[in-house]
Amino acid sequence: MATAARELTPAEASAHPNAESVVVRFAGDSGDGMQLTGGQFTLSTALAGNDLATFPDFPAEIRAPQGTLFGVSAFQINFGSTAIETAGDEPDVLIAMNPAALKTNVGALKPGGLIIADEGEFGARNLAKAGYEVSPLTDGSLAKWQVLAFNISQLTLDSVKPFGLGNKEALRCKNMWTLGLALWMFDRSREPIVDWLKAKFAKAPELAEANIAALNAGHAYGETAELSAPLKQHHIDAAPAEPGLYRTITGAESISLGLVAGTQLAGLKMFFGGYPITPASAILHHLSRLKEYQVTTFQAEDEIAAIASAIGASYAGQLGVTSSSGPGIALKGEAMGLAVMTELPLVIVNSQRGGPSTGLPTKTEQSDLYQSVYGRNGDAPIPVIAARSPADAFECAIEAVRIATQFMTPVILLTDGYIANAAEPWKVPDMNGFAPFPVQFLEEAPATGFKPYSRDEKLARPWVKPGTPGLLHRIGGIEKQVDTGHIDYSPANHQAMTDLRKAKIDGIANHIPEQEVTLGNSSGKLALVGWGSTFGPIHQAVRRQRAKGRDVHHIHLRHIWPLPRNLGELLKRYDKIIVPEMNSGQLKTVLRDQFLVDARPLTKVSGQPFRIAEIEAAIERALDGDVGGSLPADTTQLPEPLSGRDDGHLKGASSPQSN
Amino acid sequence: MNEMTPIKTSPKDWETDQEVRWCPGCGDYAILKAVQRTMPELGVKPENTVFISGIGCSSRFPYYMETYGFHTIHGRAPAIATGVKLANPDLDVWIITGDGDALSIGGNHTMHILRRNLDCQILLFNNEIYGLTKGQYSPTSRVGTRSPSTPFGSVDRSASPCAFALGSGARFIARGIDTHKNLPNVLKAAHAHRGASFVEIYQNCIVYNDDVFAPFTEKANAAANQVWLTHGEPILFAGGTKGIHLDRHDLKLVVVDVVDGKWKEAGVIVHDETNHGVAQMLIDMKLEQGLPIALGVIYQDPAPTYDSAVVEQNLAAGKGKTPNLQALISKGQTWQVDKEPHAV
Repeated sequence: MATAARELTPAEASAHPNAESVVVRFAGDSGDGMQLTGGQFTLSTALAGNDLATFPDFPAEIRAPQGTLFGVSAFQINFGSTAIETAGDEPDVLIAMNPAALKTNVGALKPGGLIIADEGEFGARNLAKAGYEVSPLTDGSLAKWQVLAFNISQLTLDSVKPFGLGNKEALRCKNMWTLGLALWMFDRSREPIVDWLKAKFAKAPELAEANIAALNAGHAYGETAELSAPLKQHHIDAAPAEPGLYRTITGAESISLGLVAGTQLAGLKMFFGGYPITPASAILHHLSRLKEYQVTTFQAEDEIAAIASAIGASYAGQLGVTSSSGPGIALKGEAMGLAVMTELPLVIVNSQRGGPSTGLPTKTEQSDLYQSVYGRNGDAPIPVIAARSPADAFECAIEAVRIATQFMTPVILLTDGYIANAAEPWKVPDMNGFAPFPVQFLEEAPATGFKPYSRDEKLARPWVKPGTPGLLHRIGGIEKQVDTGHIDYSPANHQAMTDLRKAKIDGIANHIPEQEVTLGNSSGKLALVGWGSTFGPIHQAVRRQRAKGRDVHHIHLRHIWPLPRNLGELLKRYDKIIVPEMNSGQLKTVLRDQFLVDARPLTKVSGQPFRIAEIEAAIERALDGDVGGSLPADTTQLPEPLSGRDDGHLKGASSPQSN
Repeated sequence: MNEMTPIKTSPKDWETDQEVRWCPGCGDYAILKAVQRTMPELGVKPENTVFISGIGCSSRFPYYMETYGFHTIHGRAPAIATGVKLANPDLDVWIITGDGDALSIGGNHTMHILRRNLDCQILLFNNEIYGLTKGQYSPTSRVGTRSPSTPFGSVDRSASPCAFALGSGARFIARGIDTHKNLPNVLKAAHAHRGASFVEIYQNCIVYNDDVFAPFTEKANAAANQVWLTHGEPILFAGGTKGIHLDRHDLKLVVVDVVDGKWKEAGVIVHDETNHGVAQMLIDMKLEQGLPIALGVIYQDPAPTYDSAVVEQNLAAGKGKTPNLQALISKGQTWQVDKEPHAV
């Protein structure tokens, strides 16, 4: 979903009858470079002006055993000449680099869809590893799809022969050959890829040349080979887009840039304390390259030290930021309480993944909402913001910095594995459009005397940098006396301070926008209330159902805590409310608790994003009277359950296309 | 810390108006006084000084120092201090911790702050007991310590704070005693050292572990059982009548008698604080082996500090680059849409 892409108006649509979208899935062994192929295809697609959304799916192992089902890595892209908001329900084209990739992905393919397979990898050994007795390319089991099998491995070897690479190195150019073919199929330019290869292999020009040769050979193959009908060239028009400068962006990049922008708007330096964890590490990687933007990054000894160092930096006058994923966030819980008690600004980014415990490190889920809103000892309210897409994460990060510094509070910014890894086009904003919110450190005692826990009209306490003469004071995790900040356990004081901390966070609702209806009207029969990365499928489903004349509306929350001040009022204007979530109903609980509304859950906890069709079906059921429910795992959808099994055990001996 | 013109203060200037809440007779009082007496001699400004503590009896310390102070959470003071120092390397950072705080719940952070060599002073008040939680045995308690959680005596062996520090890569290791007149000198040496200065202070817990250090801290035992180290000086004790000798055959330290001050003849070694191997042996000296307890600066071998390395790298990485946020977000593969492609 590009921030600026929109639906075509009827007039535009009739002028461009070929508005369409295509879903392509690249699947191969985890060593085949499928993520790279997908990434580069994404780039050339973005440059062609299509709107797009991607879904990378890779195994938890860095290098799973070659040719196995659990070693399959896949990358799906949905692109088109209209607004694209999900990575697509079903692929139109599957590129399978070996039998395991075919087996784990073919079930998802649209009936009549196209399979392109590397025949050269369909030898007895690889077939056995994938659990095929005979080659599916020849036994007729793929009859409901169109199959194009040719020896990509051999064609690649032939194309790079002049460069004298070893067999292994030569075969590694396979992904570029495939990419070349895909670029031809969708009429994409090879130029950006050629430039990228030259830069990537600047120190080994022969590798660059070999890869470029493979790319060109794949492209030429599409152009000249006398292939049967299925392989044809598509041209997909550019998607509607506001004029401006665009780039592709992943959630991890977007959050990193948003944090930098936010700290600059606050007039602060940033300190980032992190500890490696999937899928959050990418933020640490990005920020560690931005030192000239007054960013200090610190790879701490553990998750606790990561947040503790960030709190220390905030105490010393920089903006402390830390980032992790569910299990790491759990470890940070006590320190979050310290930040609440000492009322210091802090941003905590949680790239959610499947849980509990280690859970599903590389799969997506939204199941840390309870943890964010409630997950600390004592009454410890913390504002929570959730990004809906990679592009949206930029603004959310700025908003997190604004709230943290204006209200002297830790803020949790929720994203997830899907947003962190997925790429989408982003209209680069004009930074002049963002109002600065400069921090005012207290530098002199007021006439009435300095009190570290005195409060401004937003109930925020003053921020004093150590090193400031005349304002020496001590803070800590023990209950603070109102105003003075001295240790005070007395009953009336604890009541007063607990009330103050709650009132401060509740009051943020007066400084955030009122909730708008994302799509539809501010009253009606059915509202779908979502948060986070479910935005795409909910939005598309509601749009399609509205096009069919159904009375359904989409409300998508950015502010999870405190909730927008008009939300309760708004929700009460719908007869029915469904909350689609990739958890077992967490926002649903919060809405019911806060507003006493009959919000019903629509849940999916299979590590897979919602499909548009699933939500459409739920809308139809709800309007017929059956509201909400829980969706089963979808064996045809990415991530396919066979890819990502750690134990090597192969579930389901029968081939997927047989069921 | 940057060099600055010495500032004139008196011990009084370093006291807060807060009532000190330790048990009467606690060794912490003596340490607090020693620190407050030392600060004026360092010539530093109270506002540039930050005391950071974890949790435990000793960790109440920052409330009593008229400086900036942060009483954090159990075991995490080194991590908080790392953020403070990296955010503002000009601050003079002191960490106050105890045996449970630094070696049990916070052992990981202690190890890493030492190996990184963050410029700060770490004062570990070792009383070999959990005082604040009412007397459970701690990681430094000796085997057989009877406590509410070990009514039949503890069975696990104890950790040695200074050996832990040396193993973690500390570049400054010293020992002091709460009530001993030399404590300010140890603190001054710790402050003068650039890098993580680790100081173990034997601190008597009068309520839960009274007199655990008496065999060498009591006046009657002091001369025979304490050896105060000075770099470049022979290692002598018992009024100069005894010294430490390195048995080169068995590679161990032994006590030798010194007659008429002739320490060379007796084979007494000269303290070389940069000698890592000897430092390990000095740390390991125990009364049970007939050896005195090593006190003062045991090991000092300066190395570049973590904070200075971070600052240097930040500056080098940013050199010649003009930060431009608009340019930064416009980076990468971009494309321009000049007009709405579907405009009719």
